Amino acid sequence: MGILSVLVFLPLLTAFIVVLVPEQKWQRIRWICLASTALHLLLTALMTWRFWAAAGQNVTVDRKSLLTEVYLTEKFTWFERFGVDYYLGVDGMSVAMMILTSIIIFTGVLASWEVENRTKEFFALLFVLVTGVFGVFVSFDLFLFFVFYEVAVLPMYLLIGVWGTGPKEYSAMKLTLMLMVGSALILAGILAVYHYAGITTFDLIQLSQVQYPVDMQTWVFPLFFFGFGVLGALFPFHTWSPDGHASAPTAVSMLHAGVLMKLGGYGILRVGVYLLPEGAIQWALGLMVLTTINIIYGAFGAIRQKDLKYFTAYSSVSHCGFVLFGICTLNLMGMKGAVLQMFSHGIMTGLFFALIGMVYGRTHTRMIPEMGGLAKVMPWLAVCFYIGGLASLGLPGLSGFVAESHVFLGGFFGNQWFDAGVTRALTVIATMSVVVTAVYVLRGLAQAFQGPIVDHEFEHLTDAKWFEKFSTGTLIVALFVVGLVPWFLTDMIETSVYPILNRILQAGTLVGSN
Amino acid sequence: MEENWKCLSELSWLIPGLPLLGFVLVGLGRRWLGEKLSGWLATLLVGGAAGLAVATAWTYFGYFGIGGKGPTVVAWSLPWVSYQELLKVSVGVLIDPLSLMLMVVVTGVSTLVHLYSLGYMAGDSGFSRYFAFLNLFTFSMLGLVIAPNLLQMFVFWELVGASSFFLIGFYYTKPSAVAASKKAFIVTRFADLGFLLGILLLAYYGFLMFQDLDSLQSGAYTSAGLQVLDFEYLTSLAVVNRFMELQGGTVLTVALVLLFMGAAGKSAMFPLHIWLPDAMEGPTPVSALIHAATMVVAGVYLVARLFPLFAGSPSALELVMVVGAFTSLFAASIACTQDDIKRILAFSTLSQLGYMMLALGVASPAFPLGFTASTFHLFTHAFFKALLFLGAGSVIHAVHSNNIWDMGGLAKKMPFTHAFFLIATLAIAGIPPFAGFYSKDEILLAALTSGHTWVFGIGLLVAGLTAFYMFRLYWVTFIRPPSSKAAEHAHESPWLMIVPMNVLAILSVVAGWVHFDDYVNSGFQYMVDHDSRVPLLASGAAVIGIGWSAVLYLGQKVKATAVARAAGALYRLIKRKFYVDEIYQFVTHQVIFRFIASPVAWFDRQVVDGLMNLSAAATRAMGVGLRTLQTGQIQTYSLWFIMGGMLVIFSIWITFYPY
Repeated sequence: MGILSVLVFLPLLTAFIVVLVPEQKWQRIRWICLASTALHLLLTALMTWRFWAAAGQNVTVDRKSLLTEVYLTEKFTWFERFGVDYYLGVDGMSVAMMILTSIIIFTGVLASWEVENRTKEFFALLFVLVTGVFGVFVSFDLFLFFVFYEVAVLPMYLLIGVWGTGPKEYSAMKLTLMLMVGSALILAGILAVYHYAGITTFDLIQLSQVQYPVDMQTWVFPLFFFGFGVLGALFPFHTWSPDGHASAPTAVSMLHAGVLMKLGGYGILRVGVYLLPEGAIQWALGLMVLTTINIIYGAFGAIRQKDLKYFTAYSSVSHCGFVLFGICTLNLMGMKGAVLQMFSHGIMTGLFFALIGMVYGRTHTRMIPEMGGLAKVMPWLAVCFYIGGLASLGLPGLSGFVAESHVFLGGFFGNQWFDAGVTRALTVIATMSVVVTAVYVLRGLAQAFQGPIVDHEFEHLTDAKWFEKFSTGTLIVALFVVGLVPWFLTDMIETSVYPILNRILQAGTLVGSN
Repeated sequence: MEENWKCLSELSWLIPGLPLLGFVLVGLGRRWLGEKLSGWLATLLVGGAAGLAVATAWTYFGYFGIGGKGPTVVAWSLPWVSYQELLKVSVGVLIDPLSLMLMVVVTGVSTLVHLYSLGYMAGDSGFSRYFAFLNLFTFSMLGLVIAPNLLQMFVFWELVGASSFFLIGFYYTKPSAVAASKKAFIVTRFADLGFLLGILLLAYYGFLMFQDLDSLQSGAYTSAGLQVLDFEYLTSLAVVNRFMELQGGTVLTVALVLLFMGAAGKSAMFPLHIWLPDAMEGPTPVSALIHAATMVVAGVYLVARLFPLFAGSPSALELVMVVGAFTSLFAASIACTQDDIKRILAFSTLSQLGYMMLALGVASPAFPLGFTASTFHLFTHAFFKALLFLGAGSVIHAVHSNNIWDMGGLAKKMPFTHAFFLIATLAIAGIPPFAGFYSKDEILLAALTSGHTWVFGIGLLVAGLTAFYMFRLYWVTFIRPPSSKAAEHAHESPWLMIVPMNVLAILSVVAGWVHFDDYVNSGFQYMVDHDSRVPLLASGAAVIGIGWSAVLYLGQKVKATAVARAAGALYRLIKRKFYVDEIYQFVTHQVIFRFIASPVAWFDRQVVDGLMNLSAAATRAMGVGLRTLQTGQIQTYSLWFIMGGMLVIFSIWITFYPY
């Protein structure tokens, strides 16, 4: 059993152990979970190190390669008749996402330190979900990929429906149904690819070597793009996100917005663009328009929100737009920026939802106008909020800027298939969001944290406790690390973006010759 | 000398490094350090940076000599982001006369302001937080000044914006301070959008040219480690020429206008000036450092830094000139009508920044005097304007009011502050031999000799207005009899505030005596006939302004009210700052929020989400509809069965019936 299997099934094992702990010993559960996630973080670091040790020499070679180099592979036959394998492996992109997930779940456990209602079931479900997420990031077999994808999406229904707040049943239903429609499209896409490939395998690498007919790519690519796009909050299929995130409990919002939404962008790149580059070339310009709407629309939508969670959810819609926008540029900087933005947004939004949970735990309201002057009583949380806010408006030195500058440059440089004027105009529109983001972030935060204290009951509130400081502190360190020394991520991501890029370039010459 | 230079240039990263260290230490350890210690630690570290900056400047000019254009040295650099091949960006320390001058000004003024703040902020509950942010600002500003490439400049450009945001909103429980900090950040952020787009344009076309030019010069660029966004590359002759040829120079002009938008935001040029007067909500030493001496000149610095590129686009330079000239006149006229001492100074800063911009605008390769004049004025202005603010802070400290009409008679009560303030006032009014006279004279000379007579005229008018409103402020604050209890009982400020002011006062006199052109110049050759009429006219205008203000404000009764009443609507228009704030307020709240943001929020909930709910409802309705078929009654089922069967038989019969 390789390290990847350990990483994938450690959360599942934790879930089983948690189930075995007697209900009245619920305090013990969180320690078990914390230990498990800490171990997970360590193992992820080890895995990253081993990945670098193996991949380090290949960086120069990868630049021309059409084939994704998969490291730390584990491959067993699962269903021989259908060519389904248990095939785990990593490349740079998935390592980045694994690091993100480990950080988020670690801090998420700390942030839900005081969940007292059905603690056992809550953590068990949460960890099942985490297994699904990790599984998606390391699967190089499409069938396995889809299985994990479903495992990642489904527990959400219960987590929101049971532990949520507000109209939780409605939100849970809406979220699950919309994501299920997306799943159906993905499944159709996977089956189409399987069928047209003509070889009995779900192995992603082998499937990528098949030349798919152009008409087939034209109609299958959108299945993947829209199917994954629903999870990536693609306009106009994003409306599950504000409701879902608003109703979900803290750790679930963190995990969902921080990691699950990244499955969307990840899937589009890994499966959609990689397998069907010609389809991508045909569709990307039109989709770029849609994603530009995403970016600017989400930002404007956030201005008017009163609930901190809706506020963050709309901001996520805007930021996830950058991920999809970056992918649609179909060039190195754009796609690299997309993956960077996944990472950056994951940390940022994880931080936001953690903080909202902590503030809500004290004020018992999430409505911004009812707060005010909270910086006086909870300086730690206020400072964290501001750092997160500055990262979200793309302040250099924090992670957002690195990712966004990649995406902007990518959009501006464009590619040889799209009209330069159009891509540039779209980029200019997308850049405007940085101003709108500044407007809503500063307005919202100023109203909640600055000024005189509005409600006198707030005067007795306390600042963050140790586990809250630890949780938010970890996320903030991550924001700074990516912002200040981005190369450790960019280099890693670059190695995995090159094969995708080269396939697009190759497909582009074919399109040209037709 | 060479050894000294080697050693100092290797240590140059310490200049921004020390304030950064201060920020980290004071920011994280303020609880352990305590107030006193964190304040002094922050001050000492910035002082250390100032010492290093001065030493570096000294050895630089000692080693490379003065008179010509000093070489550009990238003393230290570290790779930062690699966007793609040939588009990498480093962070580093660029040393050339221009950056050295600003390093000295920034660290010098910052040290003095730190010292002053030790006295001014004593007893404030956020004492250590204040010093942490002040250090952060100093670090960011230095990072901006030493930037060897456009992206690093943008990075620190944003960081100075953020630290300015934190310092304006330092009194975060005060709603007006919070609003002002937000406004400052958002307005400059809007301007930075232009900066960002300008960078994208230059990056794209610069990137396209890079490989070509590099191979033409047999790999000179790559072997020198140049990168696309480096100033040295962008301002090299070959690149400028390429840009001038590119689409008839349109791309260059567009890129420069966009960059100038960023510069205009930071330097508060009309119509992006609205944040600066409000920024006075911050503590007064902050206004002195950030909103008078250093951050606001970043725009001027950007244009100066890219001057060779600007020189390639006369229309961009023309824009710089027009905006600068207009702002200087516009702000000077408003300054004559304000009553808040800090706001008067803020509008005066706007006006002086406009002066610097117009000087850059009149400069060209043929008449480069404006470049030197502008940077010279930047240099002298930093000292006397910082002094004016510190003096104002001292006065506010004593009177506890910002309104000049609450003051009066302070000349006797606060002799030191009075003396220093008078020196600074004379300097800004342009009276010889004070520093402002020399730099202002050079700007006017540059405007005249480059053939922009009307700009020269505006410059003269502004010089007169400047003298008028500054002496109006001076008479009312210091000379007229006290008009409030607080003013009667005012006391001189503690020595910690006096000493830094004293240093600045000395600099406000002697800074003008430097032969600035020997140190900082554009590198273009030129000859200027010194026109003796210019200094005469300039000081004449100043004397008229002073005289007029004496007439209006020194008498028993203030005659100015009569003048104001006579001016009527015009006076109100100026007093209300030409209603620019109200226009912005209207556009943001009534147009953007009301007609974009709210409809988007509504549209999302009602239409987009409505469609989703509708599809869910349709599915449900279909289910409900289909459910009625499933009645469970055998009779119904058999009825449907028989009817269906008959339909099938009928259709078969119809199809196969032999006609």
